[in-house]
Amino acid sequence: MNKVFQLCAATLAVCAYSSIATAQQANNSMNPAISMVLQGQYADYKEDPEAYELPGFMLGGEAGLAEAGFGIGHGELVMSSNIDDMYFGKLTLAIAEHEGATEMELEEAYIETLGLGSGLTVKAGRFFSSVGYLNSQHAHAWNFVDAPLVYRALFGNQLIDDGIQLRWLAPTDIFFQVGVEIGRGERFPAGGASDEGKGSKALFIELGGDVGLSHSWQLGLSHWSAEVADRQSGGDAHDGGVAEIPTFTGDSDVTALDIVWKWAPDGNYSQRNFKLQFEYFKRNEDGNVNLENSGPPIEMTSYKGEQTGWYAQAIYQFMPQWRVGVRYDSLEADNTGSDVDVLSEAGLDNKGHKPERSSFMFDYAHSEFSLVRLQFNRDESYENTDRQIYLQYVVSLGAHGAHQF
Amino acid sequence: MRTLRSLLVACLLVVALPSQAALQVFACEPEWASLSEELGGEKVKVYSATTAKQDVHSIQARPSLIAKMHKADLVICTGAELEAGWLPLLLQRASNRKVQPGQPGYFMAAEQVERLDVPQVLDRSMGDIHSGGNPHIHLDPHRLQKIAKSLTQRLTQIDTTNKTYYQDRLNDFQTRWKIAIQRWQQQAKPLKGLTVVAHHKDWRYLLDWLDMQAVATLEPKPGLPPNPSHLASLKKQMDKQRATMILRTGYQQARPSEWLSDKTGIPAVQLPYTVGGSNAAGDLFGLFEDTLALMLKAIKQ
Repeated sequence: MNKVFQLCAATLAVCAYSSIATAQQANNSMNPAISMVLQGQYADYKEDPEAYELPGFMLGGEAGLAEAGFGIGHGELVMSSNIDDMYFGKLTLAIAEHEGATEMELEEAYIETLGLGSGLTVKAGRFFSSVGYLNSQHAHAWNFVDAPLVYRALFGNQLIDDGIQLRWLAPTDIFFQVGVEIGRGERFPAGGASDEGKGSKALFIELGGDVGLSHSWQLGLSHWSAEVADRQSGGDAHDGGVAEIPTFTGDSDVTALDIVWKWAPDGNYSQRNFKLQFEYFKRNEDGNVNLENSGPPIEMTSYKGEQTGWYAQAIYQFMPQWRVGVRYDSLEADNTGSDVDVLSEAGLDNKGHKPERSSFMFDYAHSEFSLVRLQFNRDESYENTDRQIYLQYVVSLGAHGAHQF
Repeated sequence: MRTLRSLLVACLLVVALPSQAALQVFACEPEWASLSEELGGEKVKVYSATTAKQDVHSIQARPSLIAKMHKADLVICTGAELEAGWLPLLLQRASNRKVQPGQPGYFMAAEQVERLDVPQVLDRSMGDIHSGGNPHIHLDPHRLQKIAKSLTQRLTQIDTTNKTYYQDRLNDFQTRWKIAIQRWQQQAKPLKGLTVVAHHKDWRYLLDWLDMQAVATLEPKPGLPPNPSHLASLKKQMDKQRATMILRTGYQQARPSEWLSDKTGIPAVQLPYTVGGSNAAGDLFGLFEDTLALMLKAIKQ
């Protein structure tokens, strides 16, 4: 009898143990996909990177050059998973070193429906706006170390907002998608979260398809507008005093056109492939600029601006693992206002200069998880022509990421 | 804002148009497209996202694929992470709930059969390995037969009205397939026990079925392209332990296998790998016929 009891107890214990084990396994298997991106670079400049400016543009966000010498770039921690059969969720934390301090930024935190029916999808939270082509791609997926000048000038590298996106995918053979976004409008280049926290709006249309087996293309048209209240950009401190911060209030709208064309022989991208990318942006702003901390009285000016910019780039993978790329950037600002001196203080005087930049890059991807890149820029962002050299690594750890077209 | 509203209304009107009657099948690879046609007959309309000339490890999540997946009633792929670089993105952007994981419209062939080489330890230093094991399952006719059964079940689940039609097609396919397997096994007898060098681990299941073995791969690690030092070491290895042929697919570089063939005298053979990979490989039957014919021809050289 005793033996039977012992046997039962032992069986129970084993059962209990194994059920714990399965429970643990089950919990573990429901973990979101986790991946990390590590980046680092060595930068060499002819000019002082601290002196960098883009005359005619009020800079903000992450505009500016990486520090000279060794530095770690933008690290990313990404977690994503289906939430249930209705939603997908994603979180991206960007980790960067800024003037000796480690900063963590919430880059993306959104949920998205997995097909509401009728081709509709809703995304809500913080996400990259679908304006432009490159905007919705993470920095680690860029083909160059730095963002195109027009992204740097208009968006502080990337347009991110908190809000909601509704998009509709047409049931056609050709890819046709239309979407709208309404955002809080607090982050650069909006500001002030006006209209009770619904300060920015966007509309986008995307078209795409294939030509034969070897060619694929995508075309995008988008428009973004915001009622901007107190958008601040980097200020100058005169004689060690309190910095005067240029602050814009008014309407801002951006129209964009993007074209991407890819080629690979027979559509086989693993051997050789080619990518051509072009984007054009035009921004109109109308309002006032004051220099905060100036005066009294506070110095201010009316401001009407028309800024345009474009870039074109070509990337060629000439054999597995190896790619070369070229890029050309061009910007132009035409701003007017009631007080030319205040405009100038705010960085809105183009100083008779049209910023441009030519870049060349060469990269080696040992596997699809690692990349080492060498890049040269001839940068004429401002009056002093800078020669920039970057040596960069970008690696991803963990879950296998999927990249957009 | 008004133009926006009218645009959305126009969009919704287009959506309301009736959809086609045939079941829309989105196949990630030609072998699954062929199997779907084999089993679905005229009741399905099949689109293959890739061709035999494309390396499915590195496909672009193209706009055209998103548009196609949007309209699909059934997505049939290999799974086991083979399409990890593009399928998740397509699923996410296709705005189609019917084909999301867990739904009847999501069919992963590798999940229907037992996989070989499921790694005990997962570390990327071992190359681009798949936690679910080797995903190149379609070149084992027995596994393919099992997948055919599961796929038929799935077709009937999605399209119940045509249940008997699908069952009849499956019975017909199975009869022809079983006879073909017997014939192939008879033909393949001279290949038994032979060793090969493979470009990638694409042939794992074919070789397992034929009782053959890959003693080396041209890739130093899965997913890494062949390099000169690795090829030189293979040449040395072949001097000691000679293989009978060097296998590659149509989408892999010819140069590495041609180089090794040139240095060792071992024939380099390009096999169709999937449907459409050669003129003779027009369907799944042709794929196996031609694969065996080419291998048998190579050992006679």
